[in-house]
Parts: sequence; structure tokens; C-alpha cells
Amino acid sequence: MSFLDKRNTIARPGYSRWLIPPAALCVHLCIGQAYAFSVFNLPMTKLLGITQSTPEDWKLTDLGWIFSLAIFFLGVSAALLGRWVEEGGPRRAMFTAALCWAGGFLLSAIGVYLHTLWIIYIGYGVIGGFGLGIGYISPVSTLIKWFPDRPGMATGMAIMGFGGGAFIASPLSVWLMRLFSTPTHVGVAETLIVLGAVYFCFMMVGAAIVRIPAEGWAPEGYVAPAQSTRLITKENVFVYDALKTPQFWLIWWVLCLNVTAGIGVLGQASAMSQEMFPGRVTPVAAAGFVGLMSLFNMGGRFFWASVSDFLGRKNTYFVFFALGTVLYAVIPHAGAIGSVALFVACYAVIFSMYGGGFSTVPAYLRDMFGTRYVGAIHGLLLTAWSMAGIFGPVLVNYIRQYNVTHGVEKAQAYNVTMYVMAVLLVIGFICNAFVRAVNSRHHMKEEPADALTAAE
Amino acid sequence: MAGNGLKLVLAWGFVGIPLAWGVIETCLNAMKLFQ
Repeated sequence: MSFLDKRNTIARPGYSRWLIPPAALCVHLCIGQAYAFSVFNLPMTKLLGITQSTPEDWKLTDLGWIFSLAIFFLGVSAALLGRWVEEGGPRRAMFTAALCWAGGFLLSAIGVYLHTLWIIYIGYGVIGGFGLGIGYISPVSTLIKWFPDRPGMATGMAIMGFGGGAFIASPLSVWLMRLFSTPTHVGVAETLIVLGAVYFCFMMVGAAIVRIPAEGWAPEGYVAPAQSTRLITKENVFVYDALKTPQFWLIWWVLCLNVTAGIGVLGQASAMSQEMFPGRVTPVAAAGFVGLMSLFNMGGRFFWASVSDFLGRKNTYFVFFALGTVLYAVIPHAGAIGSVALFVACYAVIFSMYGGGFSTVPAYLRDMFGTRYVGAIHGLLLTAWSMAGIFGPVLVNYIRQYNVTHGVEKAQAYNVTMYVMAVLLVIGFICNAFVRAVNSRHHMKEEPADALTAAE
Repeated sequence: MAGNGLKLVLAWGFVGIPLAWGVIETCLNAMKLFQ
């Protein structure tokens, strides 16, 4: 289809680059729904019993696999298809992501209708997961090319959308399920169909708006540095050559450790706030705390990535790791003195930096490996997220359980976890300190022979 | 330029309005922490 052809997405003179962030947000706000998938969990355990679960109904443990599969295939597809996304252009990638994402919803609706769980695993988990991965990386390099003067801010805006998608999806899904539910029907299948259709339209608007800058285009008044600086290259590194550099793996660990420190606690935030302040933080207040942390997670994505344009990427991660270490060490003290305000303030900053870690990394990769394959390299790096997604929650849950079974009071059961998180951040600090400019032998001399045909 | 301005308003409104709605809903829920 010529509409999807990369050559047909080249911007004409006068096209405003400020149309690119909303195009990226059209995709990221939709795929960010993944964080809100848990709103379907409880209703899906009552599809047959309606008011309460019957023995034939699905169990929460079985349903938990849907989200895990989706995140796993996010990492897989981003890593495998990064080069295809990069060379085919953002419109083809966004269109494909829209098809996969909406298709995943529709297939899941069929799975709910037939009460067949494996259809949902394939629909939302595998096909939807591919939509997540392709959609997540689709606008990254385009934004960086349009905003060479503010690459952090530009990618921060898009990745903020991924954090914000859940804010829309959660109340929307609840409202739709209420609308479609009857005394004999839960309304999940219809909700999935409507969401799939709405997300497809929304993402297609993004695909229609998106453009790539013409060769040699630069923002008005912007003069590109003539030579590479110490930590910002003007050269490009081929996607698979990036894997051979220590810089890729150091940044991989930087992202993995920053995410591990946040993601495990994020999943336990509600229980932790109630157990550390028994009787003072009610379940309702804990839900409010989780919502507040999600807001800081989203806001941090834009704030820290924008700050990194001035502070430098390496220095921004130094701030994440140093400040994060101090704050994690302070949290047990907040629990000991019973200060909910100090506890909330510490976590607010921690979660802003957790989000900031995601949004600053594309610009960090651009600084190290150039703009040509930054989207594809970013795709490969997202395996660090998948890894952290497994280790973080396991670490937090295991340490807490170990403490509780060894007689530690629930209010203090998280103290060791906080210190372990602080140690992880110290290791991240060290990895970040080792990041240097990429050796010139890894720089691209010419375009790979198959890249031009792949873009056709 | 005027055409661009309209496109920008429409594009940002298209993504900004749902996002603002979601953020307000979340803020209202988060208020329960301080009640």
C-alpha cells in the first residue's frame, strides 16, 4: 500500500514538527492500556457465575498470564522487529501496531464469548504483545530526527503517553463494562470489542499524521555540532554492531537496574503502604496512593527526559541512582517514625525517576549510537525491561515473605527490601560511570546492502 | 501557517482531552489518600 510507503511520509516544506508528538501519543496512549488490563481480571473470574465465581470460572492466577505474556512479547517483538520498524518507516509500523493491538482485543473478545482462555492468551498476550512492542518503538527515531535540539523532551512526551494510557483505559473500561452488563451478563466481550475499535481508529489517526523529515532538514535556527562531543556522537552504529559494544550492555544494565528497583515496589505499593502504616492507611487510601504514584511515574517521563537535554544523559542517570539510593534508605526511617507524608514524598520522587529511566534511554542511545538505527537498538534494549519485570516483583515478594516467615513484623518486613533496592541502584551508578563514547571501529561506513531493499 | 495552527490545535486536543480526563479521574481517586 503506497499510503504506508516510507517515501510517502516525507514531510513537505512548512510541516510543523509539533504534530509529531501528538501522532506518537495517539499510539502510546492506546498501548498504555496494558497497565490497566487488571481491571478485567475480577470480572473475568465471574463470566459464568456473574455475581460470584463458580468452579468452572477462570482463576486469577490463570488470568495473570495474559499480562505477563503481553509484556514478554512486547520485549520479543521490539527486539526482533526493531530493524524492520526502522527501515520501513513509522507509518507502516504504526499501522501494523494498530492491526495487532485491535486484532488482539477482538480475538480476546471471542475468547471471552467462547470462554476459551487460550484464545485470549494468543489474542491479547501474543498478537497484542506484538502490537505493544511495534507500537512502543515506532515513533522513537522519528521524534529524535524531528527534535535534534531536544531529543529527550520529544521522546519523553511519547513515552509519557504509555504511562498515561492506563489513566484513560481504566475508567473507560469500568464505564463500558457497567454499560454492557446485565443481570445475566458481565459485559467484558463487548467492552473489548469497543476498546479494540476505538484504539484502532485512534492509532490510525497517529499513522495518518506522522511524517519523517526530508533529508538534510533541521529546525529553524538549529546548527548541528560540527563534530562529535565526548558523549554525543555524530556517527551511526549499525543495529547489530551495537550489540558488540560495551556501551550497549552497560546501558542495558542501567535500564534493567533502574526498572528493577521501581517495578517490584510498584506492584506492592498498595499492600506496602497499608502494612507499613497499619490502621492509618486504609485500602481506599492505598488505592489513592497507587494512583498518585502512577501520576508521578507519568510526569517523571516527561520531566526527567526534558531535564536530560540540559543535564546530559549520563548525569541524569547519576541523579536517578544517587537520589534513588538515598530515598530508598530513608523509607524505613519514614516507617519507623510513622510519617506517611515522608513515605509518600520519597516514593513520589522514586517513581518519577522510574518513569524517567524509560523516557531518557532513547536519547541516551541516540547520543551513543547515532540516529540511524536508534529505534531498532532501543527495541533490543527493551529486553532489559522484560528481565526487570520478572526479577523486580520476585525480589520484593521473596524478601518480604522471608522476613514475615522469620517473625519480622509486617510493618518492618519491607526494610531489607528497601536496602536491597538501594544496593541495586549503587550497582547501576557504577555501570553508568563506565559508559564512554563508542569506539570509532563500530561506526557505520556505509548503508548495509539489504537496508535499501528492506525499506521498499 | 493558519492551517498548521488549526491542525496543531486539533491534533493536541485529540490526545490532550482524553489524557486530561484520565488524569483528573486519577487525581480525584488519589485525593482519598489525604482524607
